[in-house]
Amino acid sequence: MKLPGATTTWARLISRRLLHRPSQSQLQSQAHRSSSSSFTSSGVLSQRRCCSGSSSGEDSDGNQDEFHDFPGAKAGFTSKLKYVPETPAEAVPCFRILDEYGRLIKDSHMPEIDKALVLKIYQNMVTLQSMDSLFFEAQRQGRFSFYLTSFGEEAITIASAAALSDDDMVYAQYREPGVLMWRGFTLNEFANQCFSNDLDYGKGRQMPIHYGSAKLNYATVSSPIATQLPHAVGAAYAFKMDQKPLCSATYFGDGATSEGDFHGAMNFAAVLEAPVLFICRNNGYAISTPAHEQFKGDGVVCKGQAYGVRSFRVDGNDALAVYATVKAARKMAVEESRPILIEALTYRVGHHSTSDDSGKYRKGDEMHHWKTMRDPVVRLRRWLEGEGWWDSDADQQLRAETRNEVIAAMQRAGPRMKQPLANLFTDVYDTIPSHLRQQEKELRSTVARHRQDYPFDVPL
Amino acid sequence: MGGRRASLPLVSRLCTSVKPRNNWVQKRSFITAKDLVVEEQPSGEEEKRAVTNKLNLFSAVNQALLTVLESDPKSYVFGEDVGFGGVFRCTTGLRDRFGKHRVFNTPLCEQAILGFGIGLASMGNRAIAEIQFADYIFPALDQIVNEAAKYRYRSGNLFNCGGLTVRAPYGAVGHGGHYHSQSPEAFFCHVPGIKVVIPRSPAQAKGLLLASIRDPNPVVFFEPKMLYRMAVEEVPVDDYTLPLSSAEVMRKGSDITLVGWGAQLTLMEQACDEASKEGISCELIDLRTLIPWDKELVEASVNKTGRLLVSHEAPLTGGFGAEIAASITESCFLRLEAPVSRVCGLDTPFPLVFEPFYMPTKNKILDAIKASVKF
Ligand SMILES: Cc1ncc(C[n+]2csc(CCOP(=O)(O)OP(=O)(O)O)c2C)c(N)n1
Ligand SMILES: [Mg+2]
Repeated sequence: MKLPGATTTWARLISRRLLHRPSQSQLQSQAHRSSSSSFTSSGVLSQRRCCSGSSSGEDSDGNQDEFHDFPGAKAGFTSKLKYVPETPAEAVPCFRILDEYGRLIKDSHMPEIDKALVLKIYQNMVTLQSMDSLFFEAQRQGRFSFYLTSFGEEAITIASAAALSDDDMVYAQYREPGVLMWRGFTLNEFANQCFSNDLDYGKGRQMPIHYGSAKLNYATVSSPIATQLPHAVGAAYAFKMDQKPLCSATYFGDGATSEGDFHGAMNFAAVLEAPVLFICRNNGYAISTPAHEQFKGDGVVCKGQAYGVRSFRVDGNDALAVYATVKAARKMAVEESRPILIEALTYRVGHHSTSDDSGKYRKGDEMHHWKTMRDPVVRLRRWLEGEGWWDSDADQQLRAETRNEVIAAMQRAGPRMKQPLANLFTDVYDTIPSHLRQQEKELRSTVARHRQDYPFDVPL
Repeated sequence: MGGRRASLPLVSRLCTSVKPRNNWVQKRSFITAKDLVVEEQPSGEEEKRAVTNKLNLFSAVNQALLTVLESDPKSYVFGEDVGFGGVFRCTTGLRDRFGKHRVFNTPLCEQAILGFGIGLASMGNRAIAEIQFADYIFPALDQIVNEAAKYRYRSGNLFNCGGLTVRAPYGAVGHGGHYHSQSPEAFFCHVPGIKVVIPRSPAQAKGLLLASIRDPNPVVFFEPKMLYRMAVEEVPVDDYTLPLSSAEVMRKGSDITLVGWGAQLTLMEQACDEASKEGISCELIDLRTLIPWDKELVEASVNKTGRLLVSHEAPLTGGFGAEIAASITESCFLRLEAPVSRVCGLDTPFPLVFEPFYMPTKNKILDAIKASVKF
């Protein structure tokens, strides 16, 4: 079975470890780094002998241990006409700890994680599933205008959030309410936003699912794809300058990696040595566009090296592996002040959104397979059951409880009034400029003349 | 296909090859909103009458694209999710019919969609790019403003990218919030070297899109997504174009001139109807092309009525209404009997729950018409 978004085969994964053997090119770049202290010239073309034993030993063409410090790059020489292949001979293997059946893989890099934490991860994943099912239904019934689920990707957001510090700033795309949920955003708060009611922190201005919370260090979601990535780099740079032991984490899809903002952000992060985690949910699709029409090469993980950014590839449907990866990545980012790219391989089980019918562009059996055989929630539950920490009674009870909580949250949020009209004009600027005061005045007199044109659940 | 047929069976042309008939074009008011004029074919061909089909706006766009792909082998249609038919179904069936080399998905990168389109067009092709929402055209602004618009001028006409057309759905739909509602036309009207075209109905969309694609200048073509399904009218099956830079009088009147474009005209028509009940006769003009715009027609109308109202969904300040107001004030100053009136979106980001308050509604327009007449 192949993931739609990457070429790693599952058979190969099982025997692999978190840190795969460094490739030839990595060894070479390490050799360059270790010899770079012998470069003294600044910008002037110069050749120097450096320590012998270059790692490019395969092509012993006599000058492999010479390095040229061009202003644009430092490189050894070869007299062979060679190209760098478009993809490495082997795809980067995908790290996982649990197999498809939730069994611990022998010798795997199991993170330090206690029972309470894993149970909390699992409970959040179940709550997210419940919220998604019921909110999706509510949208279908016309109770709010739009919704978008995280089905199939619950492990990525929740297990990664568990591995971050709650003080780390998060810059999400839109399919990451799991991070907020982990940090304590309540079902009421989610429902308030989707209903655009008087308690919505975004003041009813944005479409459903555009959550944000200053208290929980989660920048408000914005629809344009990939725009949040450079923001995360700027915020990370601020943490570094302020000497705070924090990083920022930005989440995005496979599609987002095509935007210029992804490339700019990666490069900035590398050059400015910013402690930022780039967490890509490679779920195989950007709306209808399959990942193989989005990019060539070995998925997303390979792009890190091009920017000089350390990278991981992890099975996004294995909550424990995601936790271990993000935990390790965060430590590197914060302690070494460096960006890290994480590609989490997964599958978008739901439609892109309530505006989409994915039956038009992908096969039902593909969806069905991922839904029934590869569900990250089921995988973690099986492991928990194997450990003796969970059973089907507990599961049924949890599911019934979360269902009721979601329904109750909607019942509370739905009937509330919408945001008051005054909030149409505030926050455009820090204070309301005179031309907007004038427009507000005119609008209010129009509304007074034509009350029937305007909704009654928006208080005037 | 339940087409309305005037005489000879031509319905099948929709699905078979359509020969371009370039001389059968450019007749002002060939199609009006109320009364579709069925024209005779040019001489040389067997005498036929145009066949029409009842189509909504997205299907009319689809027909225009199909017509071009069929009549010009050097034409290409591309953009995000275009392959399966596009998120608004405008490209449905085209990849199956013309192959994935001429109709294709692009990676999610608007600046590259535009840059690629410029290169493709500069090699003598018709590059028809789709930006999924007008709200997402901004990453491509550099390519449009600094490249497409200046390609001809900066090279002394050695090179041009006139074969480029960018389509993007724009405007309010009732629940789009900030990023699925905006009307960014004014940004592009500030850029010499490109044309900006906005149709108001299916038949207009087909004719204006075909004209935009065949125009030897880069064109930004905004489609009113509110009308994709809602607006339905008889659309000629054949290949036809409607003239660019030519506004159209949708209804004649004597007391005030109303100028608008795209979906806003639907509301303006309703306001005209209500105004006429109160004895006010409105002349309604669809500008159709925003730059270069048909100033002569608007001037002539204002010289007749003595009053002007412009209405658009985009924010008031710096909207294209401001340009029309300033120009007409300059040229018709002595004839104006009231200040030029603008009924536009508010100077706020486009808001979700406050959309009904933000919008330039029928009653706002009607109030402004009355105020202008009473002035
Ligand atoms: C700049 C921009 N262009 C286009 C869109 C429309 N759009 C919304 S989501 C999406 C696909 C994103 O795919 P991906 O990054 O893989 O995230 P996923 O939905 O799979 O989680 C597109 C094209 C947008 N929101 N912003
Ligand atoms: Mg995706």
